[in-house]
Amino acid sequence: MKKSFAKGVFRPNSELLGRFLTMGAAILAIISVVTIVSFITVKGLSTFIINGVSVKEFLFSTQWWPDRLPEDGGPQVGVLVFIFGSVVIAMLAVLLSAPLSIICAVFMAEIAPSWGQRFLQPAIELLAGIPSVVYGYIGLSLLVPFIRDNIGGMGFSILAGFLVLSIMILPTIVSVLTDSLRSLPREYKEAALALGSTRWQSIYHVLIPAARSGLITGIVLGLARAFGEALAVQMVIGNMRKMPTSIMDPVITLTSAITMDMGNTPMGSLWNNALWSMGLFTLMMSCFFILVLRFVVRKGGVVR
Amino acid sequence: MNSRRVDRIATAIFWAGALAVIFFLGTIVCYILYHGGKYIDWAFLTKPSQVISAGGGIGPQIFNTFYLLLLSMSITIPVGLLAGVYLSEYAGANKFTEAIKLSIETLNSLPSIVVGLFGLLVFVNMTGWGYSLLSGALALTVLNLPFMVRITEESIRGVPAGLREASLALGANRWQTICKVVLPAAFPGLISGIIITCGRVFEEAAALLFTAGMSSPPMDFSQWNIFNETSPLNPFRPAETLSVHIWKINTEGLIPDLRRVADGSAAVLILFVLSFNLTARWLGRRIHRKMTAT
Repeated sequence: MKKSFAKGVFRPNSELLGRFLTMGAAILAIISVVTIVSFITVKGLSTFIINGVSVKEFLFSTQWWPDRLPEDGGPQVGVLVFIFGSVVIAMLAVLLSAPLSIICAVFMAEIAPSWGQRFLQPAIELLAGIPSVVYGYIGLSLLVPFIRDNIGGMGFSILAGFLVLSIMILPTIVSVLTDSLRSLPREYKEAALALGSTRWQSIYHVLIPAARSGLITGIVLGLARAFGEALAVQMVIGNMRKMPTSIMDPVITLTSAITMDMGNTPMGSLWNNALWSMGLFTLMMSCFFILVLRFVVRKGGVVR
Repeated sequence: MNSRRVDRIATAIFWAGALAVIFFLGTIVCYILYHGGKYIDWAFLTKPSQVISAGGGIGPQIFNTFYLLLLSMSITIPVGLLAGVYLSEYAGANKFTEAIKLSIETLNSLPSIVVGLFGLLVFVNMTGWGYSLLSGALALTVLNLPFMVRITEESIRGVPAGLREASLALGANRWQTICKVVLPAAFPGLISGIIITCGRVFEEAAALLFTAGMSSPPMDFSQWNIFNETSPLNPFRPAETLSVHIWKINTEGLIPDLRRVADGSAAVLILFVLSFNLTARWLGRRIHRKMTAT
């Protein structure tokens, strides 16, 4: 009996086999998220548990001296400078990218004649396909010297970092917003036009407010991407572990510190553990962004 | 100011913004292709890279990139396909489905550096494989899985319900229907989605730094025993991909002809990405036309 059951399950046409296989694959997705979160959390907490650094000092101190000897004031791992760098660069990138993305998305969904759309859509998709290191390299070889020669400073700066990032997150925001603009009922636009509003009025007063949840989704996704981007930013911001005073100053971010030092510090040292804690912080930020999205989308009542 | 004039100004701004983006993109692509294109020749594409002296090529990096692509896609495609089928064909509206969807969403927005750290911890250190192609391939799988699932879901959603119902009405069970009717009908969407996913492998670097490693030890292309250390096919050797190479030579800056190698590599990388994107579009349209006979 048992044997024939097994035989039945493993027949290629068996319904049960299909169910097992597909469900197994789906469960694999859950397993991988759970393991990623738990492993990074356990490893990231070791700064606080094994090395006894207080969470408050870690998050709010600007003193980053992981290799200083105890007689000089002890190793200190305050990462406020890194968090500040990450936040500032991501926010500035979104501030520049969001208006430009809205323009592109509205243009594609409402204004462009068919040829304009046929041109812009692949262009934006292509923009999304360019590898981040290539953006970083263009920033390094074109933007940084340009800033150094024409605006001043070293060139490696917050300015270079957020300019590169804003190009990188543009396609993300544009594609989400375009989708949500296109999914709006035609009647919205037609009613607005029938009431005598111009195209701009219908876009500004009707379409963009109606696509608001798509707009927020796009911006949050862009922010998440900007926050998590590592290499392109690392190549152009100069990586100076000091509080910047202007946007022409070099700066350092959480992700760029991880990429630079993870390979050079011995596993288990305080420095290395602090890097893992930074990784945990980055992970927590991206979880926070996902929560924001779920909240916004549910509240907005619009399914993405 | 009357509303008609405001409308005209707004339209002008929209046009200007859109054209600026297109212009910008064109500049970037042309800049890379122009500057890098002149260094691309057969020797550059096949010669091994140099660590401190000039004259290196990117042969091993290109090979590694494609081998990594193959390894990672051979895991990503089946798993992503099956999970996508589950979500669109079997999943009911319950907590379990919700959990899967949340997981996919979370995976999708994980920063790649975090996936790289996870890979370092689990695939590199805990399994004892060290920096290896296999670790890199698994990290890439984690990154590309949500994308593959979404593509599968979207392609299956495009299959008309009538096809599925006809198959079920003829007495086929659901699994048979999926394998023989739904997936073949969703094939055009799937194939272009898979090619786009492949293109994403070229882009990735941050997750590979600490999993596939940043070195490319000498390879012996006559060695076909995959367990030999010098065999190019050995999945347990460290392997530097093209995008990691661009990053590494720029941050370390040890080779004197940095600009030449970096420009050339960037151009090659862009060409790969472009050709994958264009192939996906072309193939998708072609298969679609063939299957719908229009």
